[in-house]
Amino acid sequence: MLDDYFRQYGLIAIFAVVAFAVPTSLILASWLLSRFRIRPNNPTPVKLEPYECGVQTIGGPWNQFNFRYYLYAILFVIFDVEVVFLYPWATRFISFELFAMIEMAIFVGILLVGLAYAWRKRDLEWGN
Amino acid sequence: MNCQLASDSVLYANGLYRVVYNVAGSFLPCWLAYLIAGLVIIFILVNAVLLGAAVITWGERRVLGRFQNRVGPNRWGPFGMFQPIADLLKLLTKEDLRPQGSDRIVFALVPILMVAPLILLTAVIPFAKNAALASLNVGVLYILAVSSVSSVAIFMAGWSSNNRYAMFGAARAVAVLISYEVPVVLSLLGVVMVAASMSLGSIVEAQALPFILVMPMAFLVFLAGMSAELNRSPFDVAEAESEIIAGYHTEYSGVRFALIQAAEFGGVGVVAAIAAVLFLGGWSGPWSEYLGWLWFLLKTGVVVFLFIWFRATYPRLRIDQIMAFSWKFLLPLSMINLAAVTLEVFFLRGDDGSLTTADLGIMAAINIVVTVVSVIVFGNLIRDRVTLRTRQPQQVAVPGVPTIEVS
Repeated sequence: MLDDYFRQYGLIAIFAVVAFAVPTSLILASWLLSRFRIRPNNPTPVKLEPYECGVQTIGGPWNQFNFRYYLYAILFVIFDVEVVFLYPWATRFISFELFAMIEMAIFVGILLVGLAYAWRKRDLEWGN
Repeated sequence: MNCQLASDSVLYANGLYRVVYNVAGSFLPCWLAYLIAGLVIIFILVNAVLLGAAVITWGERRVLGRFQNRVGPNRWGPFGMFQPIADLLKLLTKEDLRPQGSDRIVFALVPILMVAPLILLTAVIPFAKNAALASLNVGVLYILAVSSVSSVAIFMAGWSSNNRYAMFGAARAVAVLISYEVPVVLSLLGVVMVAASMSLGSIVEAQALPFILVMPMAFLVFLAGMSAELNRSPFDVAEAESEIIAGYHTEYSGVRFALIQAAEFGGVGVVAAIAAVLFLGGWSGPWSEYLGWLWFLLKTGVVVFLFIWFRATYPRLRIDQIMAFSWKFLLPLSMINLAAVTLEVFFLRGDDGSLTTADLGIMAAINIVVTVVSVIVFGNLIRDRVTLRTRQPQQVAVPGVPTIEVS
């Protein structure tokens, strides 16, 4: 039954509301405790400085980043999109013909060639 | 009002839900009965996660103490069991600072976004036969989708803190998270393929032989990958306290810090539960009709112990070693596992498209050999590159300071 099917997702929606409410209520409780002066709340400029081993921060938090991060992100996107196609295929694979297997082997093979290329070009190394 | 759950409803199988629904439905409108029955189970699930996090913080400290030949917390309550409560009370009464220049909204959202997905993950986990809140037919996809929200939360923490070390920690954490996401997701494909379903209940029922034997390589990849996704030692460069203070949660204090820690330790419990369901057979065991929950808890406990064991045993890896381990070891291994399982399923399946227990046994025998061979081969392939490689730190000039290392 379609109606019944959506009831499960309705339960998850209710669960989501509760799941977000629980940590929020803890933070609110902490705020209430500060209202009733049970927990201290007297921020001073020194306390509010960014924490850095006790010395004053020089410059902001924005630093240059290693370019490697982008390469890994691109590789991640390629393989994660691949997985999106693989999951529905895997779920029904047990009743598929030979054709489906060869087709997916070609698809994964192309991406594996890409991985081999990245490996060969030393894009998987962190240091160079 | 007489509102009873129809016996052909998908929610009928869940005993507790049915009983509460029918009792509430006997004197309340249907939608209210639906809500109340749901809330009763949700109440149990939320408490399971939060209490689980408390028990794991205590257990981890006790067990780590044993590993390191000391006692661990033992003052508060029997065996120091009330230590997590004391910790929570202490953190609740501590000052909750928000550093100057931080992004107010994003900074406040982080602890909520870390705890909420973790609690939501339990919606599909079958604690015993038919005891999941919603036995979705896309259970595995749901788990993968919801669990990846926490990586966004980690990056938000680094981005909003206005702290250089938080930013470094967040960048490292995201790099590690996305690198280990790929092998983990690929390793679960084999499970889905053999069970021919993404519903966790069906996966448990398909395990005439536990999948840890049928595809040991997938379990290995899943365990290593999940240890990294949870930012646990030996993959915890994101919060390496000797280099970048506490990483992405450097600026968090008070109850927000408590929530982030609860998310980390609760994550161990939830991931262990998922591993128990997907690889160790979940609630199946002797008398699983009545003792299913006990087997489930035992298996979860074993996996939690494994995580603690890893933490006590391995020293922290460098970031280049972590990346090499993911892309050059785990990813090829999960690909080999996928190929092996595909071929085995293709040749072993019956005419009606099903696998018998004997078929699973043959798969187990083949896959154990494949696992040993590929672990040795790929281990040798990355070994010298990982251990013998010395790296010159890259130097970058910043006005006012001599030099700093770019992380």
